[in-house]
Amino acid sequence: MSGTYLGMPAFPQAAKAATRDTRLRANLRHATHTIRDKRARAVGELDDWAVLREAGKRIKDRTLRHLDTYLLQLEEHVTAAGGTVHWAADAAEANRIVADLVQATGETEVVKVKSMATQEIGLNEALAAEGITAYETDLAELIVQLGDDLPSHILVPAIHRNRGEIRDIFAEKMARWGRPAPEGLTDRPADLAEAARLHLREKFLRAKVGVSGANFMIAETGTLVVVESEGNGRMCLTLPETLISVVGIEKVLPTWQDLEVFLQLLPRSSTAERMNPYTTMWTGTSEGDGPRDFHLVLLDNGRTDTLADEVGRQVLRCIRCSACLNVCPVYERAGGHAYGSPYPGPIGAVLTPQLRGTTSAVDASLPFASSLCGACYEVCPVAIDIPEVLVHLREQVAGQPGHRAERAAMQAATWLFEHPAALAAAERAASATRALHPRRLPLGPAKAWTETRDLPQLPAESFRSWWQHHHTEPPTPPEPTS
Amino acid sequence: MSSRDAILARIRAAVADAPEPPPVTRDYRTAHVDDDHAAVVDLLAENLADYRARVHRCTEAELPALLARLLTDHGSRSVAVPPGLPTAWLAAAEGAEQHLDDPEQPLTARQLDAIDSVVTGCRIAIAETGTLVLDAGPGQGRRALTLVPDHHVCVVGSADQVVASLPQAVPLLDATRPLTWISGPSATSDIELDRVEGVHGPRTLEVVLVG
Repeated sequence: MSGTYLGMPAFPQAAKAATRDTRLRANLRHATHTIRDKRARAVGELDDWAVLREAGKRIKDRTLRHLDTYLLQLEEHVTAAGGTVHWAADAAEANRIVADLVQATGETEVVKVKSMATQEIGLNEALAAEGITAYETDLAELIVQLGDDLPSHILVPAIHRNRGEIRDIFAEKMARWGRPAPEGLTDRPADLAEAARLHLREKFLRAKVGVSGANFMIAETGTLVVVESEGNGRMCLTLPETLISVVGIEKVLPTWQDLEVFLQLLPRSSTAERMNPYTTMWTGTSEGDGPRDFHLVLLDNGRTDTLADEVGRQVLRCIRCSACLNVCPVYERAGGHAYGSPYPGPIGAVLTPQLRGTTSAVDASLPFASSLCGACYEVCPVAIDIPEVLVHLREQVAGQPGHRAERAAMQAATWLFEHPAALAAAERAASATRALHPRRLPLGPAKAWTETRDLPQLPAESFRSWWQHHHTEPPTPPEPTS
Repeated sequence: MSSRDAILARIRAAVADAPEPPPVTRDYRTAHVDDDHAAVVDLLAENLADYRARVHRCTEAELPALLARLLTDHGSRSVAVPPGLPTAWLAAAEGAEQHLDDPEQPLTARQLDAIDSVVTGCRIAIAETGTLVLDAGPGQGRRALTLVPDHHVCVVGSADQVVASLPQAVPLLDATRPLTWISGPSATSDIELDRVEGVHGPRTLEVVLVG
C-alpha cells in the first residue's frame, strides 16, 4: 500500500487478492460479527427505533431539498459567532484553502481528528507536498498512518489489523514519527492504547493547528458537532490556537432540536453504544475557551452531482455510521481496500461512483460489488435504500461503453427467459453434463467472477423440470367440510 | 463566479424539479422510562457504571468528605479547580494542592498535564445514555480543564439536574456555549472492535450524585 487509492484495480481484481488472505478474512469476520450483535442489542433498547429512523430520514430529505437555504443560514451564524466560512467546489480547492490557512499560521505540523472528508480529498498528501506534516490522532488512523497503509472501514479504519500486527507496527514505526513504543510492548489492547496515549500526548500539548471534520452542523445556531470515543478529538478541537474543519455540505441539519434524533441514531448504529464517550459542540469561537481562530471549509466535491440524481440523492442522507459495512456479506469477505476509496462497503458502492463518476474501472465496478441481499438497508439508521441505488447505478454503467461482457450476459439471460424452449434445453443440457462442470470458468470476464467463488453445484434436475413432473395435474380442490 | 455562488447555483439546479418532501415527524418518544424521578436517577447511575464510570452517592453535607477521600484514594497531590466551584466542596481536601484556573491567567496545557485531578460540576445529566453535559459555566471551567488531567471527578449537584432522555436534554442546552458531553471515561474500540477504557481523555471518571 502506498497511502493512495489512485490506480487501484477494479473491485473484482482487488477482492480476489483479499478473499485469499485468510488472516484478513478472519480479522474481518471476528470484528464485524462482534459489532453486529452489539448493535442489535443497543437498537433493541429503543422501542421507537423505527419512528426515530423515519424522523431522521425526513429531516435529511427536507434539508437536502432546501440545502442552499440551510447552508446560507449556517454561514451567517458561524460568521456571527466569530468563525470564517470558506467554500470549496472540489478536492483541489479544499486542499489549497487548508494549506494556505496552515501556512498563514507559520506552522509546519497539524494534529488531525479522524475525518472522512479529509481522506476523500487526500488532504494529508496535499499538505505533505507543501511541507506540512499531518499527524493522525485516532488510534486506528494512527495504526494506518504508521503502517503506511490505507483505511478499510469508516469507523475502525484498521479493522483489517489484529492486535499482533498492531503491536508490530507500533514497535517498529513509532520511533520514526516521535516518541517510540515502550520497551517490551505486548499485544494487550490496553497496552497498545497506552502506547498511543504516550506517543501522541506530546503532539497534542505542542500543537498550534487542529484539523477536523464534523458529524453535524446546525444551521439555526452555527454549531458544529464531533462525536468520538478516545478524547483525541477533544484534544484537537480544544488545545490548538487555530481550528480548521472540512465538512461536506450535506452534513448540515436545520435545527438544534434535530440533534435529539441523530444523537440517538448515530452512536447505537455506529459503535453500538447508548452514547459515545465524548461529544464536542462549538459555535464559532469562545473567549478564553478553545481555539482563537476557527475556519469552516464547506466541501462540494461531487455532492451537488449526487443531489441532481433523483434516485441517487438519498445517499446524501448518510451519517457515516458504518452499520451497513458490518452486516454486508461482500464486505466481510472482500475487506475495505477492494472498494478503492475511503468509503468502503455498501455505502461506498453507492457513494463513490456518484462522487467520482463511473469512468474508471474501479468506480464502474463498484455498483456490482453487492449481492443485493438488502441487509444494509435494514440496518441503515436513515433508511437509505442501498439496493435500489445499486440497481440504478448498474443501469447507468451498463449503458456506457466498455461494459460489453455485463451487457452481453444480461442480454443472453433476457433472450433465454423470453424463449422457454431454449431455456428448458439449456437447463437439461447443463444438468446432463453436471459431472463435467469445472469449479471455475476458464476464460474472459466469467473467469474473473469465478476466481473468488465456487460455481454452485447444479441440481440433478432443474426447477422447471421438477415442477412439470410434480404438477402435471391441476391441484385438486379441497373437500368441502360440512 | 466564486465557488460559493457556483455551489449554491448547482444545488438550486439539482433540486429544481424535486418534489417537496413529506413534513418532519417527531412522534418518537420523549423518554423511554417512566416519569419517576428516583428511578431516573437510578438509571443514570446504572448506565454510567455500565460504561466504567465510578459512581458515588451522598448528601450535600457528606460531599466535602467524599471528594477529599476520592482524591486521596487516587493518590492525587494536585487538583485543578474551575472558577465558580463552591468553596465548600474542596474544603476537606487538604492532601491535594489546589490550582484555580484563573481566567486572567489560565493554566497552560503543560501545567494541566502535570496536575493529577480535576473536580467540576456539570450542566445536566442524561439517564438513558449515562451522559454528563458540561457547558463551561460556573464550577465547570473551560473544556481543556476536564480533558488533560487523568482523573475527573464530576459532581451532579442536585437531582434537578438529571433528565431522562435526549429529547428532554437538548432544549435545556444553550448552543452558543461550548459543550462537552461525557459518557464514561475515554475509550476505544479500534483494536478488533473490543472496547478498551483509557486513551487520551481522563482514564478515570468518577461521578458523585448528590441528594
